[in-house]
Amino acid sequence: MQTAVLFSRVSRHFGSVRAVDDVDLDVAEGEFFAMLGPSGSGKTTCLRLIAGFEQPTAGHIEIFGQTAEGVPPYRRNVNTVFQDYALFPHLSVIDNVAYGLMIRGRGKRERLQEAEAALELVRLPGYGDRRPNQLSGGQRQRVALARALVNKPKVLLLDEPLGALDLKLREQMQEELKVLQRSLGITFIFVTHDQGEALSMADRVAVFNDGRIMQVGTPQDIYQRPRSRFVADFVGASNVLPPEFTGSGKWASLRPEAVRLVSSGGHRARVVSRNYLGGQTRLSLEAGGQRLNMLTASGETLPADGAEVLIDWQPSDLHLMEDSQ
Amino acid sequence: MSAPQAAILPGRGGAAGTVADVFWRNPKVLLALLLIPPLLWLGIIYLGSLFALLAQSFFSIDEFSGMVKYELTLKTYGELLNPANLDIIARTVLMAAAVTVAAAVVAFPVAYYAARYARGRWKALFYLGIMLPLWSSYLVKVYAWKLILAKEGILNWIFEKLHLTWLLEAYLSAPLIGGNSLSVSYTGTFLVFLYVWLPFMILPVQAALERVPGNLVEASADLGATPAQTFRTVLLPLAMPGVVAGSIFTFSLTLGDYIIPQIVGSSRLFIGQAVYAHQGTAGNIPLAAAFTVVPVVIMGFYLWGAKRLGAFNAL
Repeated sequence: MQTAVLFSRVSRHFGSVRAVDDVDLDVAEGEFFAMLGPSGSGKTTCLRLIAGFEQPTAGHIEIFGQTAEGVPPYRRNVNTVFQDYALFPHLSVIDNVAYGLMIRGRGKRERLQEAEAALELVRLPGYGDRRPNQLSGGQRQRVALARALVNKPKVLLLDEPLGALDLKLREQMQEELKVLQRSLGITFIFVTHDQGEALSMADRVAVFNDGRIMQVGTPQDIYQRPRSRFVADFVGASNVLPPEFTGSGKWASLRPEAVRLVSSGGHRARVVSRNYLGGQTRLSLEAGGQRLNMLTASGETLPADGAEVLIDWQPSDLHLMEDSQ
Repeated sequence: MSAPQAAILPGRGGAAGTVADVFWRNPKVLLALLLIPPLLWLGIIYLGSLFALLAQSFFSIDEFSGMVKYELTLKTYGELLNPANLDIIARTVLMAAAVTVAAAVVAFPVAYYAARYARGRWKALFYLGIMLPLWSSYLVKVYAWKLILAKEGILNWIFEKLHLTWLLEAYLSAPLIGGNSLSVSYTGTFLVFLYVWLPFMILPVQAALERVPGNLVEASADLGATPAQTFRTVLLPLAMPGVVAGSIFTFSLTLGDYIIPQIVGSSRLFIGQAVYAHQGTAGNIPLAAAFTVVPVVIMGFYLWGAKRLGAFNAL
């Protein structure tokens, strides 16, 4: 399979701030790739480097084998769905969607037809005559998607496109984006700070911190086998346990759902607080001077705050990490 | 814990506290009190006197006695349409149009820079640079320009030092735009108008551009538009309300001005000078009033046309 986007030792510095610091990355053609990280971790700057809004301070970027440094955004067959959609307020929905085709000098009838087809693809047929400010957030999001897809880009970049939507709409859009990506076969690169979103949608995830990539892998890799304390902590709020606790000389991660209450054996712990989350309840525990979170089904009768309990986990759930950072 | 506090605090007491409570319960009273004085000023003193002036244009002047005849007639408007007066109107409108277009062209890059790139100290410097000329007297600036443009002036001197006097002379010998020197040519009038009204174009254009989100420019480039295409299809349409607002200033200010063409320019009259002459020495108030109606009507058509062309769509 061909490489869609290749970063080799790419840096982007703003003065003394290293927004992207010596990043290597390759995204395969047709892949749904997520860039995950807290705000300011460099993921959006990476996206902007691919779009051409930023130029690397050092390093080399290739898009489908062609050098991208010094190439302006308008000469890249790459389209972006912006975080706040960036729809043109002075144009109708159909003219927004047809904008890229108009710029490329396509005839009016042809481009309106294609734009209408793109609106159907995002399930907004017949919305062409409206203005962006007459649409809801979710509809604007779809228009932004149609406006990018109508150009049949080689790579589609999505910058936190679901961030402004409410939970239900977000879950629906996640599903639709995935279906759309599979059916179109376009390479999607998706920036998000929401680990659930990244894990549920992407084929592969890159976890960013401080301008560097901490780990790249499939969602299962990232979730079950974090290589570093940062990844373990950021993805799924794992319990990160120090070497003293594990007795193995290495830091370890332990998923909250892997911890169980037992009636005998295991480790002694005290309940510090309880958080009711609906189907599950999160217990905050203290065991041997170490704070631990566990997730348990809400239906059971749960120990009260301050209660002494016994907890245990499968030895295989305790994942030892190579990286102590 | 400190002493327990009441959930509802007692009234502040005193006149100010009582008045504040009354206004809070009746916000419309406050609004009315704030609006009535300026509305009276606008409605009676300003609009009232404007309509009184307009009414004058429907009277005529008695040719023998030179007194105003208070009978409704369109005779004065007929007079407005004689060739000499039409000349004045055409000259003024063309000048106003030229000044407006030039101001828009000069203002746009300045406004764009200020809105998009200037930050902190540079922005302060920009505002100072734009506003500073407005702080000094209009007459001083116009006379300063007369000195710059005069035959013995700085501009001539510069052309001479550059051995380009022939170029200036060739330009001045051109019909219409030329003249004896720049200070007595239409070019001179144009330059002074442009200079004096330019801030009134820059500020609204800058305000309009400031409201254009930067990511629209990026979105346009992302969709394949070159900077020139982005300018034509995104920036200009979105800045258009600002350009129109600015052009209302430059256009109407040029239409009505009577000092600049009198100090710098040929001796041919502009509308403002005609109004001045007719209401003063000639004592022909009706014709002066009719002349005053001309810019009002032209501005009306101008705004109507701008709206038809979609200049306010982005508002």
